[in-house]
Amino acid sequence: MRNRVITIKGKDIIVECLKRQGTKQVFGITGGAIIPLYDALYDHPDIQNIICRHEQGAAHMAAGFARACGKPGVILGTSGPGGTNMVTGIMDAHMDSTPMVAMAGQVPISLIGKDAFQETDMVGITMPITKHNFKVTDPEKMAEIILKAFKIATEGRPGPVYIDLPKDMQSADVKTPIPDKVFLPSYKPTIKPNPLPIKRAAEIILRSERPLIIAGGGCIIAGAQNELVEFVNAVKIPVNTTTMGKGIFPENHPLSLGVMGMHGEEHANYAAINCDCLIALGCRFSDRITGDTKTFAPHAKIIHADVDPSEIGKNVRVDVPIVGDAKHIITMLHQTILQLAQKDSYKSQAWIKKLQELKEMTHSAEERDVKGMTQGGILKILNKFKQETDIVATGVGQHQMFGEHFLSFTQPRTWITSGGAGTMGYGLPAALGAKVAKPDRTVWDLDGDGSFQMTSQELATAKQFSIKVNTVIMNNENLGMVRQWLDIFSEKRFSGIDYGKSNPNFVKLAQAYQLDGIHVTRESEMIDALKAALKSEETFVIDCAVPKEDFILPMLPPGKGLQHIIGGKTIFKQTWDEVR
Amino acid sequence: MYADKRTPLDPHHHVVVLHVYDEPGVLTRITGLFNKRNFNIDTITVGKSAKEGISRITISFFGDDNVYEQLTKQLNKLIDVIKINDLSSDAAVIRELALITIATKKVQHQEQLKTYLEAYRAKPVSITRDDTVVEIVGTPDKVDAFIDLVRQFGVKEVARTGVTGIGRSSGERGQ
Repeated sequence: MRNRVITIKGKDIIVECLKRQGTKQVFGITGGAIIPLYDALYDHPDIQNIICRHEQGAAHMAAGFARACGKPGVILGTSGPGGTNMVTGIMDAHMDSTPMVAMAGQVPISLIGKDAFQETDMVGITMPITKHNFKVTDPEKMAEIILKAFKIATEGRPGPVYIDLPKDMQSADVKTPIPDKVFLPSYKPTIKPNPLPIKRAAEIILRSERPLIIAGGGCIIAGAQNELVEFVNAVKIPVNTTTMGKGIFPENHPLSLGVMGMHGEEHANYAAINCDCLIALGCRFSDRITGDTKTFAPHAKIIHADVDPSEIGKNVRVDVPIVGDAKHIITMLHQTILQLAQKDSYKSQAWIKKLQELKEMTHSAEERDVKGMTQGGILKILNKFKQETDIVATGVGQHQMFGEHFLSFTQPRTWITSGGAGTMGYGLPAALGAKVAKPDRTVWDLDGDGSFQMTSQELATAKQFSIKVNTVIMNNENLGMVRQWLDIFSEKRFSGIDYGKSNPNFVKLAQAYQLDGIHVTRESEMIDALKAALKSEETFVIDCAVPKEDFILPMLPPGKGLQHIIGGKTIFKQTWDEVR
Repeated sequence: MYADKRTPLDPHHHVVVLHVYDEPGVLTRITGLFNKRNFNIDTITVGKSAKEGISRITISFFGDDNVYEQLTKQLNKLIDVIKINDLSSDAAVIRELALITIATKKVQHQEQLKTYLEAYRAKPVSITRDDTVVEIVGTPDKVDAFIDLVRQFGVKEVARTGVTGIGRSSGERGQ
């Protein structure tokens, strides 16, 4: 059977490869140059063809899908604008290490370079924002390329891979059978770490009195929650997470300090400033975490573990570099510490006690004296209302950072936010993608009026494919986060942030898409609104009128060290010794 | 005679050789990476390697240890890059070729140039009534020194290939 030459077409090869990779849904929009591939999908109803309203929406859906379940999201689009519309979503996936395979049609090979209709150099455009990209110029290599793309997108540090599919390549006859396996001799990520740095790290941890773990998105990707919790329980080290790592460590655990960074919890940042040993697991020390790197963790020996060696030493000085997968690293570190530990090895009790006291004092963002219903107030209600398994996707802005403070998570892959790229418009499509990946879960989209309007057309996709999410819009008719910056740092010169009372009525907008929604103007109405959302079988929009004067605090002024956070309590200005 | 020492490079001047798959766009990936990370390429040369389908790209650039480490790590991440070797060490031979058009209308200049050519083991490849085109091969420093030396006659044009290099033994230091 295997020796028989069966002639099938490039497009069939693609679909067959998708099936072999376990792809059950593709997100995208058809168009001239991708017609052959969509034609092949026509014969394969087992791959759900989710038609989005904009390729950016498709890309964020694929990202939300991937972030919720760990499998790569697949997006399809046509050449030219179809491809360029995906670009924001691909860039977002690149920044947040989200596995994604993006495919767009291309003009036939004979027309490439002729500035043909809907021709653009997508390989060139996506080169800096993908992990790798391909252009198919030989149909016999189609299968190899598709399989390599999936391998690259998912192995090591995940990321997006773009494939350019000239129209004639999709409809060309292919004789080469699909290989069982593809090889990439030049791509071999280190998964199992070297034991030598692990031992050095263990020794430093055992010597330390004020150890701190920063758990990043890499721990979620590695599926390292159990290992992390066991390690922390045994070795007693408090845990900060990054925005991307939120959910990897249960936030109700006594050793959880919450999210650190620019809008992080005050005590979490305090811990980062005063620790004497920092164990960074699967994080990349983004500027939003460190502030000024020169004054970052000044007293600490820094142990940095990441699967991507180029992240180590990129942003902050590192004493012990460990390259490998977070799950393996945590397991090995745990074992090594147990081997080396003596009776009185764990000296972190005083440190932990102090941090827990501070956490009691500072937990939750500072509440400002503003009139009306606050974002914090709404989110406290949502936090009590939502289940542990519920997934929350967000837009980008104040509401996102309020969510970071007021929503707590105990499970990985339940907090889906655009961390690195800060892509407004991410929330609704990412929530829809997450719901497709996890149909049994309740999925929320926490959004702002600015973010929501960037991709609100995907309500139509939600309607058409009966994907139910609950959208909570923090509507202050302003670009709130920028407003806050201008208020604090630019003498209230409110340039370009006011939507001037011209937002649409979001409930009526939902109704226009044959969906439903509700306005909320008082906190007392919120519970009923949330209940109504859950009761509705379709995507539901809750439009919350919030004041534009609200700030998300504390906040780190850009470029400053964590010591200079504003809007926090006084403990922040003191050193470990003074507080003690 | 110009002492053609090994590779008298500035400690912040690095030369690396990349073994890459001979795929379309591979050069763009590499130069694009320099641009994306805000690093500068000093020189770059590309050619076939001994192995079919694999090209060799020699890049020289300036930067401290952090820049070097970050750049080589980022380059290594490119899927089309098979391996990177450091050629900035003693165990490598670095060469550059330059063609230099020198004004040599005056007889005494021609005479003087001859002695320089001998000392630098450079050779004239084209002579007209007005100019001499000289070919010189050596380390970038040697080429620099020669150009400085003949500037007194008037240098009309310089064409330099950029550096290429190879490990002295098969043991080019792997990255």
